[in-house]
Amino acid sequence: MSNEDILAGLGEIVEEVAGVTAADVTADKSFTDDLDIDSLSMVEIAVQAEDKFGVKIPDDELANLKTVGDAVAYIERNK
Amino acid sequence: MTAVIHTLPAVPGSRIAGMGHYRPERVVTNDDLAKTMDTNDEWIRTRVGIAERRFAAADETVASMGALAGGKALADAGITPDQVDTVITATCTADFQIPHTSTTIAATLGIHAPGSFDVNAACAGFCYALAAADQAIRTGNSRTVLVVGSEKLTRWINPTDRGNAIIFGDGAGAAVVTAADRPEIGPVAWGSDETQTRAIGTTDAGWIYQEGQAVFRWATSAIAPVAIRAAAAAGVDLADIDVIATHQANLRIIEAIARKLISAGVRPDVRLSRDIVTTGNTSSASIPIGLDRMREAGEARSGDLVLAVGFGAGLTFAGQVFRCP
Repeated sequence: MSNEDILAGLGEIVEEVAGVTAADVTADKSFTDDLDIDSLSMVEIAVQAEDKFGVKIPDDELANLKTVGDAVAYIERNK
Repeated sequence: MTAVIHTLPAVPGSRIAGMGHYRPERVVTNDDLAKTMDTNDEWIRTRVGIAERRFAAADETVASMGALAGGKALADAGITPDQVDTVITATCTADFQIPHTSTTIAATLGIHAPGSFDVNAACAGFCYALAAADQAIRTGNSRTVLVVGSEKLTRWINPTDRGNAIIFGDGAGAAVVTAADRPEIGPVAWGSDETQTRAIGTTDAGWIYQEGQAVFRWATSAIAPVAIRAAAAAGVDLADIDVIATHQANLRIIEAIARKLISAGVRPDVRLSRDIVTTGNTSSASIPIGLDRMREAGEARSGDLVLAVGFGAGLTFAGQVFRCP
């Protein structure tokens, strides 16, 4: 699975959980500042990403994923 | 030769014959809470989905609210108190450590000499108590069981704890369970996560606390599979579920569970209990209050297939399928 595939999959999850259009979910965006996603939605996104990509994203790691790019890189490293 | 122990002839099934609920008079809005703590309506609505909740009066108790709900359930079922042979109350906020709640409810309602005990499985309590009632009936030990979920959570909430004081409310719900020729209550899917015993609990001072993010993660990931297990155990196709009645923990948890169930095969037009919006989180009372209010509103109808799942402190969970009375 390429980084583009992870980004696209993450976009679908963010759209479903937070109602943000998937196309707006780009690597440079900050989850909180740009996409207006709060900590509970981040947990929901993490839970769905775990299912979709077969990774573990514990709460302490989740706290470090500030941008969409951080999340893609984390999934790429840990999948 | 030693004596042989026999069991009673098995009964084919049990059913819910009637339901009732009681919500205290006093409505507490988010604006009311904002007068005494640093919070606001918009924050509460977006984080937990609650607009208002009910607080019990000083002289209202877990037993008194439970008896009011139980009396309504008996009337709804057309069952008189003398027909009830067992009372089971789910609560985690019992008025006393001793005696248990069910005996006071029985005394209040004029139920004579029933089998009587409480269940503490926190917010999963109603589903555990319903399972206990179903099993008591199917084994022939009981014929008619009054199942109550009743909580006075406000007694255990630090009023200055803005994380928890906004969530909880008081109230009671009840169901009358009777023997049936065909099962209308499915097997229970129950279990727990013994690695998270302290994720929700009370402090040394007696106040309820929870590790919000850990509980949210658990509830949004582990509970939909429990509901799916419950449907499978009952041999019910998810597409046949008419009503989802989860514990009313947090609207975002409820909707996340519903999304997962819909992606697993539940119809998108399934009717979902969202009673938390106007009742708050009433722990073991939330499933019967929510479902009975859906019945009142015509959103849940007699014969509907209901998928119920409770989850909470323990962490513990239970779910089952049953027919709406």
